[in-house]
Amino acid sequence: MSDKPRKFKGGVHPNDSKALSAHKAIQEAPLFDSYKVIMHQNIGAPPELLVKKGDTVKKGSLLANASGFVSVPLHAPTSGTIKAIDKVPGPTGISVPCIEITADGEDEWGSPLEPIADWKTTDAAVLKQRIWDAGIVGMGGAGFPAHVKLSPPEGKTVDTLILNGAECEPYLTADHRLMLEQAEDVVLGAAIIARVLGLKTGIIGVENNKPDAIEALNKVASKYNIKVQGLPVNYPQGAEKQLIYAVTGREVPVGKLPMDVGCVVQNVASAAAIADAVVKGLPSIERITTVTGKPLVEPGNWKFRIGTPVTKALELAGGITEQPAKLLLGGPMMGIAQSSLNVTVMKNTSGVLLISQDEVSQYTSEPCIRCGRCVDCCPMQILPATISQAVENKRFDWAERLNVMACIECGSCSYSCPSHRPLNQQFKRAKIEIQAGLRKKG
Amino acid sequence: MSEETPTIQLPDPAKLVVSNSPHMRDKPTINKIMFTVVAAMTPALIVAVLFFGLAALEVLVLCTLSCVLAEEGWNKFMKRPSSWKDGSAILTGLLLGMNLNAGAPWWICILGGFLAIILGKQLYGGLGYNPFNPVLVARVGLLIGFPGLMTTWDKPQLGVMGIDGVTAATPLGLAPGETFIKDMVLGNVGGCLGETSVLALLIGGAILIAFKLIKWEVPLMFIGTVFAITGIAHLVNPEVYHSPFVHVFSGGLMLGAFFMATDMVTSPMTHKGAWIFGFGCGLITSLIRLWGSYPEGVSFAILFMNALVPLIDRSTIRKPFGFTAPAKGEA
Repeated sequence: MSDKPRKFKGGVHPNDSKALSAHKAIQEAPLFDSYKVIMHQNIGAPPELLVKKGDTVKKGSLLANASGFVSVPLHAPTSGTIKAIDKVPGPTGISVPCIEITADGEDEWGSPLEPIADWKTTDAAVLKQRIWDAGIVGMGGAGFPAHVKLSPPEGKTVDTLILNGAECEPYLTADHRLMLEQAEDVVLGAAIIARVLGLKTGIIGVENNKPDAIEALNKVASKYNIKVQGLPVNYPQGAEKQLIYAVTGREVPVGKLPMDVGCVVQNVASAAAIADAVVKGLPSIERITTVTGKPLVEPGNWKFRIGTPVTKALELAGGITEQPAKLLLGGPMMGIAQSSLNVTVMKNTSGVLLISQDEVSQYTSEPCIRCGRCVDCCPMQILPATISQAVENKRFDWAERLNVMACIECGSCSYSCPSHRPLNQQFKRAKIEIQAGLRKKG
Repeated sequence: MSEETPTIQLPDPAKLVVSNSPHMRDKPTINKIMFTVVAAMTPALIVAVLFFGLAALEVLVLCTLSCVLAEEGWNKFMKRPSSWKDGSAILTGLLLGMNLNAGAPWWICILGGFLAIILGKQLYGGLGYNPFNPVLVARVGLLIGFPGLMTTWDKPQLGVMGIDGVTAATPLGLAPGETFIKDMVLGNVGGCLGETSVLALLIGGAILIAFKLIKWEVPLMFIGTVFAITGIAHLVNPEVYHSPFVHVFSGGLMLGAFFMATDMVTSPMTHKGAWIFGFGCGLITSLIRLWGSYPEGVSFAILFMNALVPLIDRSTIRKPFGFTAPAKGEA
């Protein structure tokens, strides 16, 4: 493996605004009165509910069990009683089932998971089962169950483990602080994942704009035979396919998975959670989230229990000085805008971001002037402007032939468009239409 | 509890905007792009006024005004919102002025402006939809309508704020050996406003490339192809054919290669397409200059290649990242 990372074609350089929270150490959020744990926090099947209204639960005890292989269990963030099992607005605006817990303030421990101290000698299958039992999902955003990625199907061999510490989204600093302050947890997690996969080593990819995190990781990396790779600063460096290319030079074929080129990618926060799950027996009930944005009094990074209401997170950050234009879960490039404050911190909530009024304007989309900026910056090397024309004409068959399915929805095209055309939105629609068409065909 | 800390304010959810990602936009707008191109044209504009004086200024102002008026008149007529502020009509006007003789009568300027905006752009649906470069549509329209007026060039006189009716031929109209590269580089040659100084055009071109407003492949291939083909012709028969340097430093080539052929709307979107487009422009220009009946061929070459842009775009659809050819038997 060469030391020089490869540069993927395309990409954009938005103003990263990370300075708002990058220097703020992770603070443990206090215990709140109530938590709203959304049932379905993973890609795949929702878990099966194990509790009912009025039940008492302990911190770490099971709320719901995995309902299949691509599903993960859910655990109580603290001790208390189940107040209600109800529907709340989910991150995409659709109402989703949610378990509301009234905390008893004791925070009494009741995890079914026993710590595994000698993980180095523990069987890989046992470690993998632990990762599953702890309910760990991709904490970078997608929420894909971690154990599924660690289970290569028959005939596929994995030879490279990559940890995603790129954190290329502007504003977000949660992974940065995690790698800086808890470097050993990240590296330990990497070593455990490597053991599960039967690998000797793993590579942590970090964008070069976080030199302190790279240094912190390097100090402990050799102890666990893990390598740290600085990466060029270029959005979307943290996109799975771009990351794999940067680190290994391999291109994941369109429509295929990292495993098809022998790679497994896990987020650094997921790795740290895996380390906790194995050596401390801690299920996935907490995560580090950046609460930031110019309208906030005190942006920063907090360790929240899963299910923390976003209003509490905003209060911890001192509240607002001006009415923001948008509330986002995630970063400004791929995050989801919220219409309600009743959303909660989930396993994949890397950021709670307020966008100020002067950062957005109500653009009217103007005609394409064929400047080609979207073509130049597309990291998947498709032709956004041409596909956009096809979508406007409702010719989803053209869009498909122009490889719209390769789109990773990173938003670089929309970001760069001087005519403010809703390219990303059009491609999301095209992908949905094409998939619906495929389903119809059977 | 939040009641204990009443000073903490939370966002009003009723005022939150919900829209699709991304929630950030890069700075450039159509307006900024257009005015950066105007800025890149400034050196050539200044040289034009230096050599041709107030007459040049008059042509430029008239062309710009007529383009803006045509655009707004059309918007009124079609009940569309005003659009001149996006800068594209101003840019079209200035480029049109650059393509005219300093002594062009006022009505040529006005007519040109209307031809460019209405016939060249708006009839196709406005900005972004025109297949041909609007300025060249106007120029060629005027050339066909008024061939005499459009091929008479006033002699540039540095520092004299006016033209005195002395005309000069463009270097390509002279016999080989009568032309001087130094004059051509600085701008002391007959011709339309914009093509007079190669140096000023090169500075403008460098600005355009530095700001990534044009694809460098287009001027490189355009000029390179003309140099190569006219060079071969000159080697074969220097008595009949100009030296390739004369071809490259003269006429509208620099103006065409940097400012006209690179028009975003009417040139290919991919870099591979830009190579083909630039080569095609150069090839056709050379053929017209060497064996055609016009001394100048840049305008026709660009218009011809404009027509091929959809084809070029279609044939240069690139392979996406991670593309693998479908296995045989599949699809």
